[in-house]
Amino acid sequence: MASFTPTVSIADPRTSLGGNRGAPPTGSRGGGDGNDGARYFHSRLRRARLGMAVGIIGIVMIFVSFTSAYVVRQGMPSFDPRTNSLVHDWLAVPLPRLLLINTFVLLLSSAAMELARRQTARQVALAQAAAIPGVSLGEEKQIPWLALTAMLGTIFLTGQWLVWRELAARGFYVATSASSSFVYLLTGMHGVHLLGGIVALLIGCAASLLRRPLVSQYVVQDVTGWYWHFMAILWVYILCLLEFVH
Amino acid sequence: MGLVILIVIWLITFASTYFFAAKTWWLPTGASAAAAAIDHQFAVSYVLMGAVFVAAQLVLGWFAWKYRDRGPSSKAVYTHGNNTMELVWTVLTFVLFVGMNLMSSSIWASERFDPAKPDAIKVEVTGMQFAWYFRYPGPDGKFGGTKPELVDPSAGGESAVGLDTSDSASKDDIVTGTMVVPVNREVEVILRAHDVIHSFFVPAMRFKQDAVPGLAIHMHFTPITTGDYEIACAELCGLGHYKMHGILKVVSQEEFDKWLAAREAEKQ
Amino acid sequence: MATREFAAHESHAHAAPQSFIRKWVFSLDHKVIGLQYYFLALSAVFVGMFLSLLMRIHLIWPALALPLVGEIKPETYLSLLTMHGTIMVFFVLTTAPQGGFGNYFLPIQIGAADMAFPVLNMLSFWVTFLGYLVILAAFFVTGGAPLHGWTGYPPLSALPSAGPGEGLGADLWAISIGLFCLGALMSALNFITTTLDMRAKGMTLMRMPLTCWAWFVTAILGLLAFGVLLSAAILLLLDRNAGTSFYVPLVIVNGIVAAHKGGSPLLWQHLFWFFGHPEVYIAILPAMGLCSQLVSVFSRKPIFGYKAMVYAILSIGLLGFMVWGHHMFMSGMSPYTAFAFSIMTMAIGVPSAIKTFNWLGTMWGGKIRFSSPMLFAIGFVSLFVSGGISGPFLAQPVLDIPLHETYFVIGHFHLIMGVASIFGIFAATYYWFPKMFGRMMNETLARTHFWFSLVGTYLIFMPMHYYGMAAGLRRYSQSTEVAYMHNLLPLQKFITYAAFVTIAGQFVFLFNLFWSMKFGKKAVDNPWEATTLEWTTATPPPHDNFGGHTPVVYNGPYEYSVPGAPRDYVMQTDTTVVAAH
Repeated sequence: MASFTPTVSIADPRTSLGGNRGAPPTGSRGGGDGNDGARYFHSRLRRARLGMAVGIIGIVMIFVSFTSAYVVRQGMPSFDPRTNSLVHDWLAVPLPRLLLINTFVLLLSSAAMELARRQTARQVALAQAAAIPGVSLGEEKQIPWLALTAMLGTIFLTGQWLVWRELAARGFYVATSASSSFVYLLTGMHGVHLLGGIVALLIGCAASLLRRPLVSQYVVQDVTGWYWHFMAILWVYILCLLEFVH
Repeated sequence: MGLVILIVIWLITFASTYFFAAKTWWLPTGASAAAAAIDHQFAVSYVLMGAVFVAAQLVLGWFAWKYRDRGPSSKAVYTHGNNTMELVWTVLTFVLFVGMNLMSSSIWASERFDPAKPDAIKVEVTGMQFAWYFRYPGPDGKFGGTKPELVDPSAGGESAVGLDTSDSASKDDIVTGTMVVPVNREVEVILRAHDVIHSFFVPAMRFKQDAVPGLAIHMHFTPITTGDYEIACAELCGLGHYKMHGILKVVSQEEFDKWLAAREAEKQ
Repeated sequence: MATREFAAHESHAHAAPQSFIRKWVFSLDHKVIGLQYYFLALSAVFVGMFLSLLMRIHLIWPALALPLVGEIKPETYLSLLTMHGTIMVFFVLTTAPQGGFGNYFLPIQIGAADMAFPVLNMLSFWVTFLGYLVILAAFFVTGGAPLHGWTGYPPLSALPSAGPGEGLGADLWAISIGLFCLGALMSALNFITTTLDMRAKGMTLMRMPLTCWAWFVTAILGLLAFGVLLSAAILLLLDRNAGTSFYVPLVIVNGIVAAHKGGSPLLWQHLFWFFGHPEVYIAILPAMGLCSQLVSVFSRKPIFGYKAMVYAILSIGLLGFMVWGHHMFMSGMSPYTAFAFSIMTMAIGVPSAIKTFNWLGTMWGGKIRFSSPMLFAIGFVSLFVSGGISGPFLAQPVLDIPLHETYFVIGHFHLIMGVASIFGIFAATYYWFPKMFGRMMNETLARTHFWFSLVGTYLIFMPMHYYGMAAGLRRYSQSTEVAYMHNLLPLQKFITYAAFVTIAGQFVFLFNLFWSMKFGKKAVDNPWEATTLEWTTATPPPHDNFGGHTPVVYNGPYEYSVPGAPRDYVMQTDTTVVAAH
């Protein structure tokens, strides 16, 4: 896994603030972390990433099942009782060009997500430095990359909806043929998962607006980022499956 | 308590083994060429697994009693295991299980890997909620076409299978509700289903195969004893599953020819 | 290093909630969530048992009209068996051992303050609960509950016209399963992350109790399998409601050509059994882990071959994904594929056998105490052997020809899942009740329950093997139409009478459970003199499990009768006696 550690190690005892490493922090309550969040940043991040990786594996199995159903159905002849013989009835659906534009939008949103994450990582690193007495840093301009990602994601979903409309206009509905069923199924399931990602992004935006602790924000953005990139990779995979696997 | 456990487990073991050994309820008498080999494999598995069953249960009961806490005098042995024993019983178990399986696979191969002989009697078996229909190709040896739109189960017979009477090959097809075959000749069944999955099961023939809509599955068996044998549906197919049964009549070649000729005559 | 501090931080991180809603309803505490799962499963098992009672009565008296229920029509019988199977497999066997006891005790046994993601944990319970409500609702909608069996093979399950109950009832069934999959996936995520990331200092993987290994591997199986079932259920719902034909080829139901073509019923079978086989290991592994635990504790001996046991659990998990085709030998799949699956299936019998040898090896040379948890553990071994022995018959395709779809199969999986795994749940209840509720369960009632259950279940399920060998088929609402089956009716009668007695015995357990919560003898912190971490903490454990400090582990989990030690057990946290292991 690529390392996205900030340049200053937060959990390094030499930079850790407060100084009492062993004793339990007083007055800590559930939720708000203050310094404790910063102190345990690496552990929290590792745990969140582990959870996200495990979750992604679970989602992968769903699409593995769909893939195997797709591949087998393509190659499978069906029995035509009229002729008492097996016929191959797979007719690939010609995919609208709009799908390529949507793909571009999604990849763009991945870039925005990455920028959002790195921006927050930098903020986290700088926050430590800024807390040292006597150090003063200028206010950095914060670009709303996270909101932009959510917006691009929404544009993607809208584009997918328009693709469905175009398919319907051309006479390809969910039940029209085996191949059209799979087009709707795969794009739909991906869309549902992407929507979940957009919800996570909106939560991230809200956390930012509500000025939640920076390290918490970072952990959320980091795992959302992994999820979001996975959604992009998954989408490219689905597109290739639909386009190239005959 | 240890003694009670021993007694109960041993009793259960002996009682169940008794009924297995006594064959109080057993497989029906085999009436097909494959039955002998299948039954033999069953017997072999039976003896081997039966021995393991009895041994394991007896040891369990024995240990429960022998190693009970008898107070301060009994001491437990501190050991984390024995790698040699682990290896030995792993290898033995592996050899036993895989060996048993390889033994049976040659029978499976002979039953399923090869298609039916060219001179086998062909019968198309169609399952539908909740009856079996049997179609014979007639003197031309060809099955005529069927059309889904022509299927009318309420009319029975040819209509139930949707026989397309406009097809010339259909003219001599016989459709019956009873399956009749000659003894000592291989029967090729072509299994079809109209609505849901059914399963064509003739216990005495040691024959079972699912009939799946959308597929025409070719299988074969050879009856070796004349008689009437029950056919039962062996895949849940709806509320009438329990009464979806039929009869397989195995008769002499002569009788079969007569029967078939009579059915053909009825069609004229 | 940071991890240890983090663990220490977590043990203080959240104060115990105070309001009733946050404490008992929407709790984030894994112990409360574990109990919620447990009581869900308890409710489900009594529903499932009631359904089986109705089934058993109908089989021997088909024309009988019962009070409230009325006469049981053939389709009703099939609905009963469908719901019995679905509710038992999902809401009992996949819920109590893992969601119930796993949730409660995994964090404690590894020295953690809670699960990795408490909010996700809470969500996973409520989603599962919703799934439970949805499936129960199927009984009350037009058409009633589905009749297609817990295995739900299409086209029967995909066509509303194929039978009563296949309308809305079947949709609810599929939706319920979908919800259950979501809950299971969330739960699996939690278990895996917790086991990998939250073990206390000194709790290496090879010092984890075998219960933890079992829960961990079960969670991995769940993670990989439930996604496949979810996909299968989605495709089924689409075939049923959106006119697609993933599973349905051209079919004619009652003379009417349905609006489907080109689908494959075998697709469902592959997807379902790819899930379904790991599912049965999900149902049994936690019980196996617990059996190892109990046999060791109550023989006062280390488990025989800890490493072998771990490898056995791992191989069962891995091989469990390679054997699904053995449910499909008669399905129309290629006979060559069948051969491959059958070899793998025989292979998976090997680690199970190793575990059995090791349980026996643990009892050998032991100093056995026959407390109620141990009785059920011994019962478990016996039942596991009995149920397991019939497996190699079914694993051989050629023997599967006469045995597939007969009562032989029902006897096999009931002895393993329906009894052995349930014995695991009982054993866990008797064992951990003192820690969860601070009181002991009544031993006399427990023993009564044990004998009723052990003897009763053998009397029910052993005869099923005979019935099956005589070609008695399953899912037949009555045997009146097939002569050779009707001749076997005396066996069915015997089984039903045995069922009456066994079911009655379960109420002894139910009474004992609730009575002891209030009136049981007060329990000490470590009534069984066991070594694992849950016995080091207060009874019941405080909100953060260890009262403000994180345990440090020095020993393995099975240090009993260590030569030279002051007592015949050495706690995992004991620094004074560091055993050789």
